[in-house]
Amino acid sequence: MLLRPNPSSGVPIYLQLMEQVKHNIETGALRPGEQLPGIRPLAEELVINPNTVAKAYRELEHEGVIELRHGAGAFVSSNGRAKKATDTLRAGQTLVTAAVDRLRERGVTDEEIRRLFEAALAGLNKTGGHGE
Amino acid sequence: MSEPFVIETSELRKQYDGVEALRGLSLQVPAGSIYGFLGRNGAGKTTTIKLLLGMARPTSGTAMVFGRPSTLEAASVEIRRRIGFVSDQKDLYDYMTVDEMIRFTAPFFPRWRADLEQRYRRSFELPADRKVKALSRGMRTKLALLLALCRGAELLILDEPTSGLDPAMTEEVLQSLVAHVASEEMTVFFSSHQIAEVDQIGDHVAIIDRGRTVVAGALDDLRDQYRRIELVFAGDAPEATFRSPGVERVRRKGRVLTVLSSAGSDRFVAEARALNPVSVDVAAVTLKEIFLETVVGEA
Repeated sequence: MLLRPNPSSGVPIYLQLMEQVKHNIETGALRPGEQLPGIRPLAEELVINPNTVAKAYRELEHEGVIELRHGAGAFVSSNGRAKKATDTLRAGQTLVTAAVDRLRERGVTDEEIRRLFEAALAGLNKTGGHGE
Repeated sequence: MSEPFVIETSELRKQYDGVEALRGLSLQVPAGSIYGFLGRNGAGKTTTIKLLLGMARPTSGTAMVFGRPSTLEAASVEIRRRIGFVSDQKDLYDYMTVDEMIRFTAPFFPRWRADLEQRYRRSFELPADRKVKALSRGMRTKLALLLALCRGAELLILDEPTSGLDPAMTEEVLQSLVAHVASEEMTVFFSSHQIAEVDQIGDHVAIIDRGRTVVAGALDDLRDQYRRIELVFAGDAPEATFRSPGVERVRRKGRVLTVLSSAGSDRFVAEARALNPVSVDVAAVTLKEIFLETVVGEA
């Protein structure tokens, strides 16, 4: 499993961790029922705040992606909800990848693409005038 | 710990010989946090720490540690008993060996953690028989840190703990802090002018400038809330004033208006749309950018 948050990107580290755990599940690097590293060893390995790791795990549990078993640690959910979330994400990823490819073909830089996505998420796509 | 804030200061002022070192500094440090205290050299970080430790008295304002005023003699003795402090000088006795320094320090602290002492002696790889004066800067820092970590403190106050250390040594010091906080219930308050290390291990931050707090809060909230918004217009950017909350900076340059917001982008963008920009871009803002935007340049 590969977890590498970038602390100085301006994106909350717990959100980066959440995305990376989900990505690892999507790619199959983490399978349903498998155990995630403990909060302390992971904080120590990544040299980040243990509260941040704990927050990421809590949010992932809230989304049904992982289960926190008292005293035993964190495990990838084996229920259908997590799988369905994975399927939805995977479908979304295909769409996003296709969109990014097309933008790159048109000569839009990665930095510009990132900003376009951020703007779209902030609800600004109405000014852009494009839609499906 | 029952107090919501381990450290709480309000309108703290300090004058030295007519120079205002602190000009109304307010801080709230939650229990269990790793709190980064960021500022340029001379911003007032060390002065603040001295006031918290009762080593100096404020000209006005209050400084509470563990819910007790650090300005009262009796309270400050009690407060210092519960704090581990590492000064930027890493005060140690140069004529002692590492081993003597540790054995000299331990008896002062009834809650000395022999288990942690063994752990850190090993992991820091400190040469027991070497004189303190012959230690490298990194070793010196690690020894000072060991002495602070082992006293069973509830609050660790570190003044520029990584200054002068190379990147590998810095990472090692940060890692030991993170590991310590993960296993012991404690709060860490560390001053720094290294934005990257606050970004990395901090969960709360205060940016101070010229003796005043300019930004403070949970790092994740800042990362969520700060946005740079760029509006491009067909002609010259209009000279508009905005009513949306959190508009920190507005810059006009030709057809472009750049705004720094500390309250997300939604409300500002809704307001700005009335000006009919041809494009609107929103970008996340890093802690480094927040620092550079809020801290005033050399006078």
